[in-house]
Amino acid sequence: MNAADTAFVLISAALVMFMTPGLALFYGGMVRSKNVLATIMQSFILLGLVSIIWAVCGYSLAFGTDQGGIIGSLEYLFLNGVGMEAGPFSETIPHLAFMIFQCMFAVITPALITGAFAERMKFGGFLVFTTLWILVVYAPMAHWVWGKGWMAEMGALDFAGGAVVHMSSAAAALAATVVMGKRKGHGSTAFIPHNLPMTVLGAGILWFGWFGFNAGSALAADGFAANAFVTTHMAAAAAALAWILMEKLHSGKATTLGAASGAVAGLVAITPAAGYVTVMPAIIIGLGGGVFCFLGVLLKGKLGYDDSLDVVGVHGVGGTWGAIATGLFASINKTTGLFYGNPSQLWIQLASVAATWAFCFIASLILFKLVDATVGLRANAEEQDRGMDLSEHNETAYQA
Amino acid sequence: MKKVEIITRTFKLDDIKAALSEIGIKGMTVSEVKGFGRQGGHKEVYRGAEYQVDFVVKVKIEVVVEDARVADVIAAASKAARTGQVGDGKIFVLPVEEVVRIRTGETGDAAV
Repeated sequence: MNAADTAFVLISAALVMFMTPGLALFYGGMVRSKNVLATIMQSFILLGLVSIIWAVCGYSLAFGTDQGGIIGSLEYLFLNGVGMEAGPFSETIPHLAFMIFQCMFAVITPALITGAFAERMKFGGFLVFTTLWILVVYAPMAHWVWGKGWMAEMGALDFAGGAVVHMSSAAAALAATVVMGKRKGHGSTAFIPHNLPMTVLGAGILWFGWFGFNAGSALAADGFAANAFVTTHMAAAAAALAWILMEKLHSGKATTLGAASGAVAGLVAITPAAGYVTVMPAIIIGLGGGVFCFLGVLLKGKLGYDDSLDVVGVHGVGGTWGAIATGLFASINKTTGLFYGNPSQLWIQLASVAATWAFCFIASLILFKLVDATVGLRANAEEQDRGMDLSEHNETAYQA
Repeated sequence: MKKVEIITRTFKLDDIKAALSEIGIKGMTVSEVKGFGRQGGHKEVYRGAEYQVDFVVKVKIEVVVEDARVADVIAAASKAARTGQVGDGKIFVLPVEEVVRIRTGETGDAAV
């Protein structure tokens, strides 16, 4: 046991917890004023819902003793046996510290999906879907990558969740747009963000919390944590600049929303790589994140699907690029990528990308269909006109 | 009595208020409004998607005065609001049937 490591991981868990309300503001500012509370609620309430699921059985399914590479055992049901002693995933921190750090990841991941169905999702269907998704998609993904499951065995590198968090949520987001269709008025109504200062504040909180997310994933207060901290920051910085440069070239003006989106894209892209690459490659990964995610968002307009707040464009494209880039630039922490003489790492990364997208998309699609057929997912046209704040929650964000 | 409605650029509000105060106008009602005329709207871009915003934000100033002062109000307001560019706005003059000061019950010109 090590006091510095324990303190660092507990503080990192608190930082990651803060990302979820940050995400709520990031998304909340981008919707119309009649939907801001419903959008914020879909992130914030997951601090309640997912935390409890995690304690009851989610943690055990993800991090219980490996069952054939697929899923964890039920030994930690109700957090039985998860105590103050050092746990199986770190010699130097209490098992409880590892569990609560992982809990915050499980909370924010389904919150990321909510950007895709913003302004049209029923609250009840959302809660049922999220409960199922944590058990059927997230827990297995976390197990495969971090719980000694098959992706870890294969040698796939995912430092802080490019696959587990970002690709998984983006694949679910894509499935949501397929099952739920477009918002009422898509293509004819202007869906203009109602409060971009709120969005920028949210992006700032995300950037701040991401230091816990990535540096904390070292699970120790050591040099790897410092490296992850710096690579995270530099990638976000590079991506913010890359995004606004793309905007300047594409439509003539750099925008505030673009700077905020770019920073988040860079943070997503560096997530799988943060502990495996040095600082200059991190800047390249950030630049790529800004450019590719900007193009990914534009692609939505060409393909015509309604991913309201660009979960696929930012988290899908950024997470995929980050996973591939890890296979190119990995050089520290006992890893080597293609550019350091190990081409096989790139193939492993590509295989993990394909498997993550395929599994998460198909499983999420089935879950959305299931919930749609039973509880119902989509608010009807009249409810969408009134706004989700009134029709789903009986409240209004801004009083005249 | 007449009501003079001045719809113009928001940043001209302080100038107009000062100009009307100078000619002895002691009260007005101000609201933020949206609309369009010859100026048209403008383009906004969010994450690369362009939107045409047709309604332009303007300020509406309402002043009720005795008939004899209407010309002065129009002159002062026009002078203060004019930039010479499209989008300076419009002034409407409407008849007012009755005015009541709620506190005292006074009516007509005495209540203006």
